[in-house]
Amino acid sequence: MITAERKPMEEILEFVRPYSRILLVGCNECVTVCAAGGRKEVGILSAGLQMALMKEGKTLDVKEVTLERQCDPEYVEELVTYIDQADIILSMACGCGVQEIARRYKEKPVYPALNTKFMGASERQGIWAERCQGCGDCLLGITGGICPIARCSKRIMNGPCGGSTQGKCEISSDVDCVWQLIWDRLKALGMENRYEDIMAAKDWRSSRDGGPRKIIREDLAE
Amino acid sequence: MKTESNIEKILASGQLVVTSECGPPRGAVPEKVKEKAEMLRGYVDGINVTDNQTAMVRMSSLAACIIIKQMGLDPILQMVTRDRNRLAMQSDIIGAYAHGINTMLCLSGDHPHFGDHPMAANVYDLDSIQFIQMVKKMRDEGKFQGGEDIDTPPKMFIGAAANPFADPFELRVARLAKKIKAGVDFIQTQCVYNLDKFETWMKGVCDRGLHEKVAILPGITPMKTAGMARYMKNKVPGMDVPDELVKRMAGVPKEKQAEEGIKISIEAIERLKEVEGVRGFHIMAIEWEQKVPEIVEKAGLLPRPQF
Ligand code: SF4
Ligand code: SF4
Repeated sequence: MITAERKPMEEILEFVRPYSRILLVGCNECVTVCAAGGRKEVGILSAGLQMALMKEGKTLDVKEVTLERQCDPEYVEELVTYIDQADIILSMACGCGVQEIARRYKEKPVYPALNTKFMGASERQGIWAERCQGCGDCLLGITGGICPIARCSKRIMNGPCGGSTQGKCEISSDVDCVWQLIWDRLKALGMENRYEDIMAAKDWRSSRDGGPRKIIREDLAE
Repeated sequence: MKTESNIEKILASGQLVVTSECGPPRGAVPEKVKEKAEMLRGYVDGINVTDNQTAMVRMSSLAACIIIKQMGLDPILQMVTRDRNRLAMQSDIIGAYAHGINTMLCLSGDHPHFGDHPMAANVYDLDSIQFIQMVKKMRDEGKFQGGEDIDTPPKMFIGAAANPFADPFELRVARLAKKIKAGVDFIQTQCVYNLDKFETWMKGVCDRGLHEKVAILPGITPMKTAGMARYMKNKVPGMDVPDELVKRMAGVPKEKQAEEGIKISIEAIERLKEVEGVRGFHIMAIEWEQKVPEIVEKAGLLPRPQF
């Protein structure tokens, strides 16, 4: 999923202070799962903003809506009934949701209430970690199902580097050395002999380096 | 011979190679480069010039290498993949070769996290093994990494690093084998303090016959103080300083510790000379370059061969 964290309250307050009516929009997908921008977080932020502004002697009119998917035009369309009553839209979706709103409602400013972080997975309750960078040409079949692009601090494709220490990465003892993980997994799979195959320089065109990407499915496109 | 490199010539003659290192200044002070390099004249066969070492901005390795080359010495261009993509690396390699620089060291580099610009984007278009492949392709096939022909290809003698002390230890020979497969000619290792562990690694290297395909130069760094020994032991990732050495350093009075550190280095060289597969030494005296001549001399590595 796409993970996100709420921006600091003060930064969000800066966005809303000049206005009196905001449309606060959550999303029912990834940001709900990572507890950053679902219905619950929308309620908490709404109350927090109103309270903070009340202390400053202002009233804030907040309309709370949580869409099924903010990155989908079909659901974003649902905001049409509320848009006229709002000065701005404050989005609690990932950057994709924020941009979908900006694309649809050209006349209203939209602000992000979250910092979108990474594509990751839940390691345990309350902890999410990065897993994939969407490089566009997946190598997981060679690396035992563990991604060096997203999870090696230096995205080394033929690791581990000389800084790997007791399973941890040179940048911090809180970060696993992904090449230790890959090696352990290759061993467990009896695939150690694969280790000495050199992974050639990557063609980054399939990644962000090739410019903004698009998927066109002729069979589905209208 | 693949190149005009002084290092390659000495290795081919069967003699031990001695290299050292010079970190460029944090400012436009060419005199500093000259001063450090001059101290090494006649004592070493090649001078590594670091590339934004520990991710701190310094005068570029290429610029400092040119200064050293103009002094009639042999610089070794260090280059990390952290700061440059393959376009920038290849153009700098051609530029270096155009200035007569014919030996280089291919590294991934320390993560920006360690340096004075932790906020910088890290590039890592290539890793060190892919970097070696690229330089070899430029030299042997006369082609850019992207596949097109180079008009007058740079003939670089290709070095890389190896750290026998990093984890997992069981991969350390295998990773060297990958670098050899990629085309590396010589290896400078991480500073060797744990001689037993180094010898175990070297044995693994020789058992696979890898020492016949690459020249290994163990890294030697004299410790100035017991504090430095402790710091390297505890704080530097991938560094292995045995307790006995820390104790030995701490066991002599402060004013004698530097001397003890030099002694330890010389003893290490004497012992490692006898190890199969060791083809020379890389003596890195960090901000202590003036001590290199003394170590080289006392370790019986003089005179340096002339070609
Ligand atoms: S190799 Fe690429 S696509 Fe596959 S997990 Fe890693 S970043 Fe994602
Ligand atoms: S220690 Fe491991 S994860 Fe960290 S940069 Fe080196 S190879 Fe990558």
